[in-house]
Amino acid sequence: MSQLSGGQTWLTLLKRDLRIAARRRSDALNPLLFLLMVVTLFPLGIGPGPDILARIAPGIIWVAALLASLLGLERLFRDDFQDGTLEQMCLLPQPLAFNVTAKMMAHWLLSGLPLVILSPLLALLLSLPVQGWWALALTLLLGTPALSALGAIGAALTLQVQRGNSLVSLILIPLFIPLLIFATAAVENASMGLAVHGQLAILAAISVLTVTLAPLAVAAGIRMSVN
Amino acid sequence: MWRWLHPYAKPEATYNLLQKLLPWFVALTLVTLVTGVVWGLAFAPGDYQQGDSYRIIFLHVPAAIFSMGAYMGMAIMGAVALIWQIKTAEWSIPAIAPVGAALTIVALLTGAIWGKPMWGTWWVWDARLTSELILLFLYVGVMALYFAFDDARTGAKAAAILSLVGVINLPIIHFSVEWWNTLHQGATITKFERPSIATSMLIPLLICLTGFAFLTVSLVMMRLKNEILRQELHRPWAQQKLEQD
Repeated sequence: MSQLSGGQTWLTLLKRDLRIAARRRSDALNPLLFLLMVVTLFPLGIGPGPDILARIAPGIIWVAALLASLLGLERLFRDDFQDGTLEQMCLLPQPLAFNVTAKMMAHWLLSGLPLVILSPLLALLLSLPVQGWWALALTLLLGTPALSALGAIGAALTLQVQRGNSLVSLILIPLFIPLLIFATAAVENASMGLAVHGQLAILAAISVLTVTLAPLAVAAGIRMSVN
Repeated sequence: MWRWLHPYAKPEATYNLLQKLLPWFVALTLVTLVTGVVWGLAFAPGDYQQGDSYRIIFLHVPAAIFSMGAYMGMAIMGAVALIWQIKTAEWSIPAIAPVGAALTIVALLTGAIWGKPMWGTWWVWDARLTSELILLFLYVGVMALYFAFDDARTGAKAAAILSLVGVINLPIIHFSVEWWNTLHQGATITKFERPSIATSMLIPLLICLTGFAFLTVSLVMMRLKNEILRQELHRPWAQQKLEQD
């Protein structure tokens, strides 16, 4: 068998994860439905007045997105760990930190991107002013890669822990806070018609930093669990 | 330096060193802490605005500073454990984390007690209070992760990685929260210019700071000693030690 180059391996890993997800659609759909339902709960709990809903919409949508991103994390590495795929990934000639970015990318395509597409619907439900819609979509587009990367760290560190789901939330929620602050500030500014470039730039910076550094931690976590 | 440090990769050598140093650190802690606290609470002049209630600064500021210092120490130990695979460095993570968490709680509680007369409320969503609370969450995460594994070495490695991730995130969290909302009075003595506090209050505060530093180190040393004994219980030297004491 001929040897695959780094890029080919990466694409193969990505396609494999997407194919697995396509065969088990509920795994990717459930967090989105969860998000939609949580967002539905707030008008029921607070009252349907559009003023107050528009005021708290960015916070609700982002908090719900953070919680939803915690849901699917266990599946990111768990199955591959149990059937030995991760061990094979460690043995590939390419660095493990490079290969895990393919899995992170697949996770983002299945959890982050649908959120961006879903965001106008959420904005509509919570009567967010129209000028805030594109800001919401942009913050989600810039912020969700960092969610996938941080989530991968949590998933990799708790691979060997039985029922590690609550532990993952405990570890990750503090790390999500900067994203929440800047994203909601950007959406709020946008719905009041103010400039949002600063917040978006910082969000992008956090995402770039997280996406570049997280694979190292993820690789260390996987090595630790596989041995 | 390596020839000097190398023996302490062996748990027994570290244990003996800790045993030798610990009484000195405990004595230094007692002397500085008692001097600083008594001076601060009884003899330092009252504040012209806040009266006597400012005196809690002598506990609040050192606890807050070393709650962050302990996290830094834990992260450094985590890096040492990951890079050189030194067992005693791994064990120092569970030794440091509860001490740091306790200091964080002390800082939060004294802050609440100070906030009630000054700001009229126990808790406000102010930048520094919030980042201190998040620091507590980070400690809790490290501890929970360490104790979640059946195999202690894997747990230590996971906790080490998490503490490194946390230490990179801590400044980001701190500045984002700071930008988000601030009401807290500015830093009193960590500024690089002349400190904005009278010398008669600064001296007891500095003594309290040294006291808390020695206290933190002594507590960590005690916990590390116990942790070494607990992990090395199956070895003859540890059993000998237990019989001696």
